[in-house]
Amino acid sequence: MRENSLAIRKFSDLANPTRFLALAARVLPWLAVLTVLFFAVGLWLSFTTEGDYQQGETVRIMYVHVPAAWLSMMCYTVMAISALGTLVWRHPLADVSAKAAAPIGASFTFLALVTGSLWGKPMWGTWWVWDARLTSVFVLFLMYLGLMALNRAMEDPARSARVSAVLVLVGFVNIPIIKFSVEWWNTLHQPASVMRLDGPTIDPEFLWPLMVMAIAFTLLFFSLHIAAMRNEIWRRRVTSLRRQAARNAGRESLVP
Amino acid sequence: MIALFFRDLKLSVRAGGGAMIGVLFFMTIVAVIPFGVGPDLNLLARIGPAILWIGALLASLLGLDRLFQAEREDGSLDLLLMQETPLLLTVFVKCAAHWAATGLPLVVASPFLGLFMNMDEVAIGATVVTLLAGTPAITFIGAVGAAVAVALPRGGLLVSILVLPLAVPVLIFGVSAVYAAIQDPAPFLPPFMILMAITLFFAVIGPVAAAAALRHSAD
Repeated sequence: MRENSLAIRKFSDLANPTRFLALAARVLPWLAVLTVLFFAVGLWLSFTTEGDYQQGETVRIMYVHVPAAWLSMMCYTVMAISALGTLVWRHPLADVSAKAAAPIGASFTFLALVTGSLWGKPMWGTWWVWDARLTSVFVLFLMYLGLMALNRAMEDPARSARVSAVLVLVGFVNIPIIKFSVEWWNTLHQPASVMRLDGPTIDPEFLWPLMVMAIAFTLLFFSLHIAAMRNEIWRRRVTSLRRQAARNAGRESLVP
Repeated sequence: MIALFFRDLKLSVRAGGGAMIGVLFFMTIVAVIPFGVGPDLNLLARIGPAILWIGALLASLLGLDRLFQAEREDGSLDLLLMQETPLLLTVFVKCAAHWAATGLPLVVASPFLGLFMNMDEVAIGATVVTLLAGTPAITFIGAVGAAVAVALPRGGLLVSILVLPLAVPVLIFGVSAVYAAIQDPAPFLPPFMILMAITLFFAVIGPVAAAAALRHSAD
C-alpha cells in the first residue's frame, strides 16, 4: 500500500514540467548512447550473419522492417495510454506525450510500409497487395496523419488534447485488428513467427539480430519521444512568454 | 427524446439541410463512374455493388459536419449539454435522426442507381440490405468525428479525413457480403453478420466517444 502510493507520487511528481525537463536532461544522453550502441551491434549482426537459403540477401530487410512495424503499433499504444492519462487522470504531461508521439509513429509506420514494399517486390513479385495486414497498417498511417492534422487545426492546446484523446482511444480498435489480421484473414502476409505462445518458430540465427534491432528501435523511439516532449514543453513556454510580453506591451502603450 | 428525434428530422429535411443534397451527391458519383471506366455494361455490372457502396460512404460523410455544427452556432448545443437527460442518449437520438434523414434516402435511392449499373436483382437486393445494415455504422463513427471537429471553424474536410480510416471495415464487409451473395460458392451470412456486429459495436462506442468529445470541447 505504502509502496504503491509512493509510486503514484513519483509518477505525479512528473506532472511538474520543470521536474520532467530535469529528468529528461539526465536520462536523454544515456538513452542516446545506448541507442547508438545497440544500433551498432544490431547492424553489425544483421550484415554479418548468413543470408537465408531461399531469400538470399534480401532477408536483411527484415531487420529494419519488423522492428519498425512493431514500433508503429507500440507508438499508438503509448498514445492510447497517454490519452487515458489525459481524460482520466488529467495528467498535464499526457497530452504532450500524445502529441509528441504522433509524428514519430507516422514515421515508423511509413518506414514499415516502404521497407515492406521493397521486400515484397523480390519476394512476392509486387510492390503492394491489398492484403489484410498491409491494408490495416496503411489505415494506421492515415490515422496518424489525421491526428496530426487535428492537432494542428486547434489553437488551444488543452482543448485539442482532450478532443484528440477521444479520437485516439476510438482508433485503438485498429491495433488488435492489425495484430490478428494475419490469423483471421489468411492472406499473402506470413503469420506471426516471433511473438507466439509456443515460442518463436524463427531460426535463432535470424532471431538474435532481430531482437537486438528491436531493442535498438525501441530505445530510439524513447529517445525521440522524450526529446520531442521536451521540445513541446519549451514551445509552449515560449508561446506563453510571448503572450505575456504582448500583453505587457499593450498595457504600456495604453498608459503613456 | 422522441421530440428531439422529430425536431432534428424536420430541420434536416426542410431547411435545405443535407438530406436531399446527400442523395444528389450519391447520384452524381454513380453517374460519373461510367464516364471514367467506359460504358461497358458487363464491367459496370461487376463493379456496380462496390461503386454503390463507395458512393453511399462518401455521400454520408458529406453531411456529417452538420450533425452538431448548427446546434453549436445557435447555442442550443449548450442547452443539450446542460439538460438532465444523459448526453449519451441525446447523441444517440441525434445520430438516429441524422441517419433517418440522410442515410435512409441513400438506401432508398440505391436500387434505382443499381439499375443504371446493369446489376441483376440478387445483387440489387443484397446491396440494399447491406447498405441498410451498414450505413448506421458510418453515422455512428461519423458522430465521433463531428463531435471532435465541432470546435473548428471549418471542420468539414477534417471530419472526412478522420472518419474514413475507421469506416474502412464497414466498406470491406459490406462489399464482400454483396459479392458473396452474387457468387455461388461463397456464403452470404458470415460477412453480413460481421457487418451487423460492426454496426452494433459502433452504436455503443460512437455515442460514448462523441459525448465525451462534446463535453470536452464545450467548456
